[in-house]
Amino acid sequence: MVPFSGWDMPVQYGSILDEARHVRAKCGLFDLCHMGRFRVTGSGAETALQRLVTNNVAKIKPGVIRYALLTKEDGGVLDDVLVYRDPERTEEFFVVVNAGNCDRDLEWMQTHAAPLGGTVTDHTSELAMIALQGPASESILNPHTGKDLAELGYYKWIHTRVFDIEVSVSRTGYTGEDGFEIYCPTKQAVRIWDALVETGAALGLLPIGLAARDTLRLEAGMALYGHELSESINPYEAGLGWAVKLKSGFIGAEVLAAVKENGPARQLVGLETTSRRVPRQDYPVIADGEQIGFVASGTFSPVRDCNIATAFVPPDYAGVGTQLGFRVRDKDEPASVVALPFYKRDS
Amino acid sequence: MASSAPSDRKYLASHEWAKDQDGEIVVGITDVAVELLSDLVYIDLPPVGKKVTQGEVFGEIESVKAVSDLVAPVNGEVTASNEDLADHLDDLAQDPFDKGWMIRIKPDGEASLDALMDAAAYVKHAAVE
Repeated sequence: MVPFSGWDMPVQYGSILDEARHVRAKCGLFDLCHMGRFRVTGSGAETALQRLVTNNVAKIKPGVIRYALLTKEDGGVLDDVLVYRDPERTEEFFVVVNAGNCDRDLEWMQTHAAPLGGTVTDHTSELAMIALQGPASESILNPHTGKDLAELGYYKWIHTRVFDIEVSVSRTGYTGEDGFEIYCPTKQAVRIWDALVETGAALGLLPIGLAARDTLRLEAGMALYGHELSESINPYEAGLGWAVKLKSGFIGAEVLAAVKENGPARQLVGLETTSRRVPRQDYPVIADGEQIGFVASGTFSPVRDCNIATAFVPPDYAGVGTQLGFRVRDKDEPASVVALPFYKRDS
Repeated sequence: MASSAPSDRKYLASHEWAKDQDGEIVVGITDVAVELLSDLVYIDLPPVGKKVTQGEVFGEIESVKAVSDLVAPVNGEVTASNEDLADHLDDLAQDPFDKGWMIRIKPDGEASLDALMDAAAYVKHAAVE
């Protein structure tokens, strides 16, 4: 257990790489209680969220989930979030945010939602969050769920029961695999966890730590706040322009419209290296002996069987096949630009 | 973490072991170090003839998680370097106390390992990691 944003979290149960491979082959169970969980209610809930996040909240149908960014006036990204419109109470929303930004997000959202008639409440402590990720997820969870999960589409959610405990289940995740995230009362979380471990073991379910989750999300080309995103990295640089609807009237839209118009000064690329050295956050990225960018995230990739990284470089160096280097303790290692994501499952 | 540190050698708090073999010092890292690092990807060891300094970095080892320094237990000159390790990090992971040895140092003058931890002290130290 390792302290993480005030939580004691399981970073690894065994080998990180074996855990990552296991999720791609079978199924992993993740304790995600550290993630922040808010409800947005009130007559102005939709209007408030429309102002707060970059995606078009008005277009989110009941029971549907959308990825979005929480932005400041200057277009800087405060966090990346998932916005869930309630499948039954269709004027209400559920928002999942990053652990490290939870307090700041809550204060920011409450401040900006209140004048618009939206109320943002924190349910992080009373609601637990558990994820199943991997190709066997549906066959492991479905027999114990009140509704047929085969009917639940990607980025959709329902209220149902799991092991006869009231929960919400979404078909979402952060690994690039099929899977589910379960929200249940914290008091019942251990019961669900233990029951899943017991009934899922025969079908290949194993608890997986946060370190393997980071490897999996990087292979899947998913951003991690503090790496691919920050207050000084804008969504276009991070390749997340698809989550920005400039006409939806969110805070910072004018600034981001100008960024889009001029084109980003740097962009996120994938790097692959034959070096045994792992490219790590903030290592300089080199072209012709000079630093031209920096590494955002890096890891050994089990699916690529080599070290991989994301990095920010000027557009001139962003073409697939461009030969670059990264600097580890004064020594340059070779790397080439490859397309993102590093991994896409067959579906 | 539980260590099965052998009692025929001494230990550094930074998880290196040092074994006196006919007046030369063989150096490696412990089972606990291997477990803490997990998923080894790279090792950099000094060549034969290189001078090393007690308490200072003589090489580095990298895992999926992090890059870690390797610290020399005595002053001296490297007389052998386990070059096979770079291609066989599994040997280090599975047998850190024997096959996973890293370097052999010919100490400057009369080197003593007395100041280092014995196995019992190291096991106690590693237990809280």
